[in-house]
Amino acid sequence: MADEVKLFGMWASPYSIRVELALKLKGIPYEYMEEDLSNKSSLLLKYNPVHKKIPVLVHNEKPIAESLVILEYIDETWRNNPVLPQDPYDRAMARFWAKFIDEKLLVTTRKVSFTAGKEQEQAIEEITEQLKQLENELQGKEFFSGHSIGYLDIVANVLVSWFGNVQEALGVDMFTEEKFPILFDWIGKVVKIDIVNECRIPKEKHLDYIRSRLEALKSASK
Amino acid sequence: MAEEVVLLDFWPSPFGMRVRVALTEKGIKYEYKEEDLRNKSALLLHMNPIHKKIPVLIHNGKPVSESLIQIQYIDETWNDKSPLLPSDPYRKAIARFWADFVDKKIYDLGRKIWTTKGEEQEAAKKEFVECLKLLEVELGDKPYFGGENLGYVDVVLVPFYSWFYTYEKCGNVGIEAECPKLIAWAKRCLQKESVSKSLPDQEKVYGFVLQMKKFLGIE
Repeated sequence: MADEVKLFGMWASPYSIRVELALKLKGIPYEYMEEDLSNKSSLLLKYNPVHKKIPVLVHNEKPIAESLVILEYIDETWRNNPVLPQDPYDRAMARFWAKFIDEKLLVTTRKVSFTAGKEQEQAIEEITEQLKQLENELQGKEFFSGHSIGYLDIVANVLVSWFGNVQEALGVDMFTEEKFPILFDWIGKVVKIDIVNECRIPKEKHLDYIRSRLEALKSASK
Repeated sequence: MAEEVVLLDFWPSPFGMRVRVALTEKGIKYEYKEEDLRNKSALLLHMNPIHKKIPVLIHNGKPVSESLIQIQYIDETWNDKSPLLPSDPYRKAIARFWADFVDKKIYDLGRKIWTTKGEEQEAAKKEFVECLKLLEVELGDKPYFGGENLGYVDVVLVPFYSWFYTYEKCGNVGIEAECPKLIAWAKRCLQKESVSKSLPDQEKVYGFVLQMKKFLGIE
C-alpha cells in the first residue's frame, strides 16, 4: 500500500516546522494542509479532538499529535537518516534538552511577550540564563546531534528564524551574537542546509503576524 | 561491571513513584535516597543542575532527569523483560501522547484542587474530572492502558491514585463516583507488587498535604 502522509500545520508555528524538517530530512513525501487557527478545520478537530492543535501528522489515516511525539514516530517508522541517537543515554539527553526548549525556553518567551517593565526584565534575565544553558550543550560539537543535524537541532530550529523575529517584533534585545556566539555560529551552519533554509519563516509576514496577534491579545484583555 | 542504580526521590512525589514502579517492574535493584526538598543534597544539585528537582535516576554515575524520560531510558536499557512501551510505532505514539496528556493536565489541576478555593478550585475540579473521563475512554475495556500488562501510561498515571484521597478531601470532588472505571483500574494496578510497593498510603499523602498547607499558609 502506498504511504499517505498528511501534515496539518501552520506557517508560523515552530512546532509545525520541526515536523516538516524531520519529514524533509528523511525524504518522506507529504501533503501539507495549512490551518487557519482562528477557524480550525473539521478535519483537524476530528484528528486531534483532545487538544485541537497543530501540528497533527496523519499517516495512512492514523493521526498523531504533539510535535515531539510525532518526531519520535517519524524516526521509528522511516528508519533512514536516523534523527535520534542509538544509545539510550544519548537519547535521554536529547529528549531532556528538547523538553527544556519547549517547557522552559518557549514558556519564558511567552512571559517576555506578554509582560512589560520589571516583569519583562525578569523574564529576559530568565531566558538569558536558559539560552546560556542550552548553548553549553553545543560545546565542542558541530551540531547539537554531532556531525550532522538530528533531533535536537530540529527542535532547536526555533532559534533560527522564529525566535529572532519575535525579539524584533517585541523590540527587546535578548538573543544577540555578542551574548551567544556559539548559538549564532550554529545558526550560521544550519541555515546553509537546504531543508532548513526551505523551512525559514518569511520575516516580514511573520513580524506582521506577531504584531497583530499581540495587539489582538492586548485589546482582548482591556 | 556491576550495575549501580540510584534514585534521588521524595516519597509523596507522583513523578518519583513512576520511576519506582518502572524499576521494580523490571526487577532492577536500586538504592533509594530520600531528599529533603527544603535542603537539597549536594548530590541532587550536582546531578540535576538545570532543574534541581527529583526524581533523578543515576545509572553507573550518569544522571537522567525528568520522569517520562527516565521511564523510557529504563525501558530501552533494560529491554529484556516487562516492556513498558509497545513495539509498534503507532501504538508507542499513542502511549506517548497520553503520557504527555497526563503530564500537561493531571498534576497542575490536582495541585489547584488542594491549593485554591472558590471559582478557581471549581474550575480545576471540573477540568480534572473531564481529563480523568478522557483517560477512561482511552482505557476502554482493557485491563491496563498497556493492554494485558502494565505499560507506560499505567506507570505514568497510577501514582496520582495515591493523591486521589487528598483531592477528594480538599476539593470535595467525588472521583470514584465520577470515574468508577478508572478507580477499578487503579485498584487492579495496586494488586501488582511493583505498584503497591511504590505508592504510599493515601492517608499518609493527605497528612503530608495538610502539613504543606500549614507551611504555605493556605486554608
